[in-house]
Amino acid sequence: MALDEGKDVKGGHDAREYDHQGPFRHVGTRPDRPDGVDKVTGRAHFGADAYAPGMLHAAILRSPHAHARILKIDTSRAEALEGVKAVVTRADFAEGLEGEDWNILENIMAGEKALYDGHAVAAVAATSKFIARDALALIEVEYEILPHVTDVDEAMQPGAPVIREGAAEPGLPEGMHPNVVRYHESGHGDVEAGFAEADLVIQRHFATEATHQGYIEPHACLAQMGPDGRGDLWCTTQGHWNVQKLCASLLGVEASAIRVTASEIGGGFGGKTTVFIEPVAMALARKSGRPVKLVMSREEVFRASGPTSSASMDVRIGMKKDGTMTAAEGTFRLQGGAFPYAPMEFTAMCAFACYDLKHVRQRGFDVMTNRPKQAAYRAPGSPMAAFAVESVVDELCQKLGLDPIEVRLKNAAREGTRASYGPTYPRIGLVETLEAARAHPHYSAPLGPNQGRGIACGFWFNYGGETSVTLALSMDGTVQIAVGTPDIGGSRASMALMAAEELGIPYEDIRVTIADTASLGFNEISHGSRVTYASGLAVIKAARDAKRKLIARAADKWGIDPEAVEWRDGAAWPAGDNAGSFEPLTIREICAEMGATGGPIAGHYEATPEGAGVSFATHIVDAELDPETGKVTILRYTVVQDAGKAVHPSYVEGQFQGGAAQGIGWALNEEYIYGEDGRLQNPGFLDYRIPVASDLPMIDTVIVEVPNPGHPYGVRGVGETSICPPLAAVANAVSNAAGVRLRQLPMRPARILEALEAQTDGEG
Amino acid sequence: MSMVHVSARVNGDPVEFLCDSRETLLDVLRDRLALTGAKEGCGTGDCGACSVIFNGRLVASCLVLGAEAEGAEIETIEGMADGEKLHPLQQKIIAHAALQCGICTPGILIAAKALLAKNPDPDEETIRYWLAGNLCRCTGYDKIIRAIQDAAAEMREEA
Amino acid sequence: MQYLKPASFEEAVAMAGEAHGDVRFLAGGTDLLVRMRMGAVPDVLIDLKHIPGVYDIERTENGGWRIGVAVPGAELTEHAGLRADWPGVVEAVGLIGSTQVQGRATPVGNLANASPAADSVPALIAAGAEVEVLGPGGRRRVAVGDIPAGPGRTRLAQGEVISALYLPPRAAHGGDAYQRFIPRTEMDIAVVGCAVSLSRDGNVITEARVALGAMAPTALMVEEAASALVGTTLGEEALEALSEAASAAGRPIDDKRGTAKFRRHVAGVLARRVALVAYERAGDAK
Repeated sequence: MALDEGKDVKGGHDAREYDHQGPFRHVGTRPDRPDGVDKVTGRAHFGADAYAPGMLHAAILRSPHAHARILKIDTSRAEALEGVKAVVTRADFAEGLEGEDWNILENIMAGEKALYDGHAVAAVAATSKFIARDALALIEVEYEILPHVTDVDEAMQPGAPVIREGAAEPGLPEGMHPNVVRYHESGHGDVEAGFAEADLVIQRHFATEATHQGYIEPHACLAQMGPDGRGDLWCTTQGHWNVQKLCASLLGVEASAIRVTASEIGGGFGGKTTVFIEPVAMALARKSGRPVKLVMSREEVFRASGPTSSASMDVRIGMKKDGTMTAAEGTFRLQGGAFPYAPMEFTAMCAFACYDLKHVRQRGFDVMTNRPKQAAYRAPGSPMAAFAVESVVDELCQKLGLDPIEVRLKNAAREGTRASYGPTYPRIGLVETLEAARAHPHYSAPLGPNQGRGIACGFWFNYGGETSVTLALSMDGTVQIAVGTPDIGGSRASMALMAAEELGIPYEDIRVTIADTASLGFNEISHGSRVTYASGLAVIKAARDAKRKLIARAADKWGIDPEAVEWRDGAAWPAGDNAGSFEPLTIREICAEMGATGGPIAGHYEATPEGAGVSFATHIVDAELDPETGKVTILRYTVVQDAGKAVHPSYVEGQFQGGAAQGIGWALNEEYIYGEDGRLQNPGFLDYRIPVASDLPMIDTVIVEVPNPGHPYGVRGVGETSICPPLAAVANAVSNAAGVRLRQLPMRPARILEALEAQTDGEG
Repeated sequence: MSMVHVSARVNGDPVEFLCDSRETLLDVLRDRLALTGAKEGCGTGDCGACSVIFNGRLVASCLVLGAEAEGAEIETIEGMADGEKLHPLQQKIIAHAALQCGICTPGILIAAKALLAKNPDPDEETIRYWLAGNLCRCTGYDKIIRAIQDAAAEMREEA
Repeated sequence: MQYLKPASFEEAVAMAGEAHGDVRFLAGGTDLLVRMRMGAVPDVLIDLKHIPGVYDIERTENGGWRIGVAVPGAELTEHAGLRADWPGVVEAVGLIGSTQVQGRATPVGNLANASPAADSVPALIAAGAEVEVLGPGGRRRVAVGDIPAGPGRTRLAQGEVISALYLPPRAAHGGDAYQRFIPRTEMDIAVVGCAVSLSRDGNVITEARVALGAMAPTALMVEEAASALVGTTLGEEALEALSEAASAAGRPIDDKRGTAKFRRHVAGVLARRVALVAYERAGDAK
């Protein structure tokens, strides 16, 4: 869910869409995904797999400095190199942009200053990759190096280098450094009164480092733009309408001038919700008049795409001896790079969302630093909040001698609870995940020496958003669905299952296509765990629309009222004896005649569903610590999460497992490491250490199904919540194994050894 | 620019190409032979998305020069299915939902095929260490391991 | 970049002598291609893989081994004879990179790349391995430990090329072992690496060599650590002395992979663990 959309976060809602409780014939089964064969044979076309006749290859020159004024860029020698067809700088993009469009333009091509190591300053298109790279070396940039800051706490200190004067929004507390650009405060009750009721109040400081989504496919695109000012863009993205909108704005053309086609996407996790290279490729294509292919290297992905924020957090919670939480308070400082919109309000709003609290207050600070502009990363802002809060809850349980699941059950948010961030919850499934976790054999399994168990809960809002779907019937009665949300993790299968359910036809009779921006109404990005919820709801509604039309044809043929016709098992039937006696008309029969009976039939849905049900998860993890080296091994992992209704359970499990794996990486080894010079030290998979196969155990999953009132089948998005609990769950497990609490991520071995040493020193 | 002339066999078929001496085998497969199943995830041998079998050995094609392919036998994902019949590993990866985005899938399949050629009955730990150089960011590897074990069992029965 | 394929080492040396600019020799290429990707493209690349014998693993007359410069890790780790004689060297080579990297990377390349953290180098040093070097000045044998000069630099002269790797015959009742510390289970560069090779007479250690990686600009032999073992039965006192000597060795640095303090600590921990494995292996050996 991208913050820059400026949309309201809807948690409480009264949408009453839930109208089909089952039994289901298709939903809940596990068929092969429709694009499976393409993806196991190498046939599927991802971002970098597009080629065009006469295509040029582009490369981007990037700042080696964390913060520098650009005094001069001389591109003449590069332009003179044989094979170079175009060179662009900021001058080749639109002027006069404001707000987030200006931020994005500034991020994809530096203006007056280079704001972080890796910031783009110029780009070249040439007849080969090698010529393009050689040309970069011929571009002369004169920099005046400025002092830099990359740490969130340091960036807030008086005297810290100012990233950009005047970037702050109104409404900030007084005396803030200009790098603090936004502030959030929310909550209810009187926290001090609440803390006074507690038997134990614990306040702790926490820090997490920035991590990267780590999708295996680098950003890639192929751009064309003709002399008529019309262009085509093929790219890997989570949201091609957003790419269209941004490219048009940044190039100063109308949106309809650019048609964007989403390729297959090799992972996104939020990181492909915006643009980085696409407008640059378009600008080069416009200038050269040739198709231009631009592919980021892995190093560029780390240095110049959108990692998540790093965070500095203080959390205070009060608890009675019986485990009742009396009050909670948190301060969350997030840096989002050299631009506003670090998702600090999400961090603040998610922090205590699992608990039913009379007194709660949360504050967030959005801080700018000399780092790349953060982008969404799976439940942006929430995992770090859960790390801090769930660590304090765990410590309170330990100190009071209470079971961590019982305490969470005692305080869990339920239907009717006023959420810490404002709304009142409709039907939610937190309690059910806790009960399932408690009942799971993992929770009571014995532990060996140097082993510890951690549990933690997590929350994410989920999202709906603008959605268009067309469901077209073929002459043979098969169905073609056009959706606008790229398939990142098997969503074609979910769409086909829901359509099959509604129409009563075989799953195999349905083909799902990701339509381009010229072929369907606007669709928001595949983000906010919205695809199965919103596009799914849209597919169901479009199928129902088509069903109405099919029924009308049957009614017409039989000469009876459409109300007297019902649809079941893929056919129109007279509804009851009064309707008359007719043989059922199958979808195939109706479609075969549709040309003669009134023309083509298609179902549509265009709207903005707002009933995305919030989602909760409880994770259990066992970790073993090597006390001599500080190395942690994850021994066992169980994810329990509410899916509302699992449409394709295998892909739901996959989301659970994938989120847990990313969270484990974030907890143990992944981090952006900056040197004294402000340069990123580890822009590669060698030293940015994501979990490899041998690092992980099997990841057990339990799908809890508490229906979402905002979806016809009760579906909740599942993509993001799974990354919320792991940071805390792993930290709790390691802390329990080590006998000392770890409050800074990642828990790299040296850090754990230091904590063990500090504890021994303290005891001595 | 010095171009190198190379003759090799890819998936059993003879191929001939001219490449820049700096081009990797991955560049050649993708840009010159239109075999885009092998992917570039890192270009530094850390992710395994470009895995191919080169003269019988599993390699990262981004760490082999195109020029080094002279006389080589190369197997890529495009040669894994037998016409219309998918390899058991391909079938099982689909059946177990052992892919989400699918970008790592060709590399995983090639690596798994190389493993099963060497060890028809690998245990979980063996598979995990063999695949340590094949990064998958979507699945947490669980379903991939299960799919490979299931395929191995089926292949042992057929053998 | 000019790509050349000599048919003999003599031709390779001649090509290097005639070449202008930056000249590199290509074996497995798993480091070289990464450097090329980062922009360090040589002017001349001399591929050694077409020279007869570069893929061979042979017994030498004295009962040791000669390993060709293009033998990849995967080939070496599958070799039963080598595994029996030098399990520590084999496990060190087997730790270099992924399965895919093992399909190409060679121990000689690992050595010539001159990374202080190279996994095979401490094991080769502990084993007393040598390389044959061919150059304009002729042929010479050099101890493995004398090849690296510092990160990315070797003591090879201009135009010199390593033409083979030699392992000595394994001593009677000898055993070797190598371990490294990495944050993950695979795919990382060693934060510290430690190799021990020793011989036993009954329970008493008669000879020992201990080498550490990533504790100094080059992998290094630690005489004090070896002395701590000789004459002992690897009791707690010897292990403690070994551990202290390993921790005190070299001059480790703080970098993105670990602090100097952490490296010293882990060197001591690893030395103990590795010595115990080598001691066991020596006990099992004939």
